[in-house]
Amino acid sequence: MSDSVWIIGTSMTKFGRYPDKDTVDLASEAALGALDDAGTTMADMGVLAVGCLLEASAMLGQRLQKQIGQSGVAVYNVANACATGATAVRTALLAIKAGEADLGLAVGVEQMGKAGLLGPAGQARSKPAGYTPSGRYGSVMAVEGILGTGLMPGVFAQAGMEYASRHSGVGFEQFAKVAEKNHAHSTLNPLAQYQKAFSLEQVMGAEMVAYPNTLLMCCPTGDGAAAVVLCSGAKLKSLGLDVRRRAVKVSASVLTSDPYVESDTAQPDVSTLTKMAAAQAYEAAGVGPADLDLVELHDCFATAELIHYENLSLCEAGGAGDFIDRRGPWRDGQTPVNVSGGLISKGHPIGATGVANLYEVATHLRGEAGDRQIDGARVGLAHVIGLGSACAVHVLERAAS
Amino acid sequence: MVPATASKRIPVVDYLVIEGEPHLEANACVACGALYFDRRNACARCGKLEFTRKTLATTGSLRSYTIIHRAAPNVPVPYVSSVIELDGGGVVKANLVAAGTDPEKIELGMKVALTTFPCGHDEEGTEAVAFGFVPA
Ligand SMILES: [Zn+2]
Repeated sequence: MSDSVWIIGTSMTKFGRYPDKDTVDLASEAALGALDDAGTTMADMGVLAVGCLLEASAMLGQRLQKQIGQSGVAVYNVANACATGATAVRTALLAIKAGEADLGLAVGVEQMGKAGLLGPAGQARSKPAGYTPSGRYGSVMAVEGILGTGLMPGVFAQAGMEYASRHSGVGFEQFAKVAEKNHAHSTLNPLAQYQKAFSLEQVMGAEMVAYPNTLLMCCPTGDGAAAVVLCSGAKLKSLGLDVRRRAVKVSASVLTSDPYVESDTAQPDVSTLTKMAAAQAYEAAGVGPADLDLVELHDCFATAELIHYENLSLCEAGGAGDFIDRRGPWRDGQTPVNVSGGLISKGHPIGATGVANLYEVATHLRGEAGDRQIDGARVGLAHVIGLGSACAVHVLERAAS
Repeated sequence: MVPATASKRIPVVDYLVIEGEPHLEANACVACGALYFDRRNACARCGKLEFTRKTLATTGSLRSYTIIHRAAPNVPVPYVSSVIELDGGGVVKANLVAAGTDPEKIELGMKVALTTFPCGHDEEGTEAVAFGFVPA
């Protein structure tokens, strides 16, 4: 069993729209970039895990292999909602931890095109023929819009408003400040889908999608890929000095699902499993929130980011509104959050997201983040949540030098 | 107002009971009391297999809400989606109706009561009945 696992190579494509490329093109670009960054090749990989929500059932991992290197090793095709990419990383990590491989490649990729903010569920209601109760709720028609909403913008809006109902000092303006910050951060990230700053007034005045989330407070759909090369601690010792110097330790890798809560009957609870994952990750890594130099967290909507400040213990209980008001999560604040621009501005190609946030954190820990570098970063945390739910938290640490 | 041709009515979901005083019913775990609106294989909380039908209160409070402005085609907007905490147990999602769509006028935690409204007809003339909540 390997005592430790390290990231020795990482890469991501710029997020955006690639109508002239296919999913394998994007995955190849990220995978070859990460292998090159690690100074290794597919021939050395003992395991391959590929996360892609829309094509996980179409042997994407093997199709990737057939473009960049077939060697007969185990391939895992992974889907886990918005935690898909992080779950792929964890799948490769587990193979290394189990001693089945010394080196592994994890790739996250998605090509969404212009799927629209509401996705496939945002289609027109079908016309009723004869009412027949069906399914687990005995429903006679699709109930979206009749019995509330189950689509992402509304679900995460309701998650944020529930927090607002329990804590004073949290409202539309605090949620909007989150998006103002992430759009501002993205102007320093050349890999972000959008790199445009907006004033708080512009954020609040944008088209309302699901109150309190305006269009500028919702992540876009898009295309992109990211990859990491993982290495066992034992294997790392045999690699060159430059690889060892740039290696980033995976100090914690945690995946949770939702425990039972009473409100599951209304909508998934995105907080409890995040709190559990964070607590387990801090324990495993032996670090606390105060040790974090940067955090990349799952800001699919501005309301989500705000509640995750508390879920990840970046602020005191009930203090998320105050945390953003005093600019705690800005890049020059107490704990920089989403200096990449976050999902809101960097983009959210679903399967790529959980790998791309490891790319971001690792790049800062290596001191290679260019204009957006958080100086002297030593410890960082990456968080994703897939509704339904799956939550992954990884803690990364710079190699002691 | 009952039409002369005695048209039929059907609840939009089977956990809504429209005979008599309209109300919601849940599958309650006999062992631990956990409530569910869907057909069950077992209890997600305790793993036990036995359930009983439980009548839920028609009053509760507004736990959360959102005002939907962008929705699927054919869904009229804006409308208010809400999460309601029922008095005596049960958390349910439904539209908040007759409360307007101005966030300044929707108060988190306010008391609400169950209401029903028609939400469609099929080709045989059967009316589907949905539930929502109104400020109490
Ligand atoms: Zn039970």
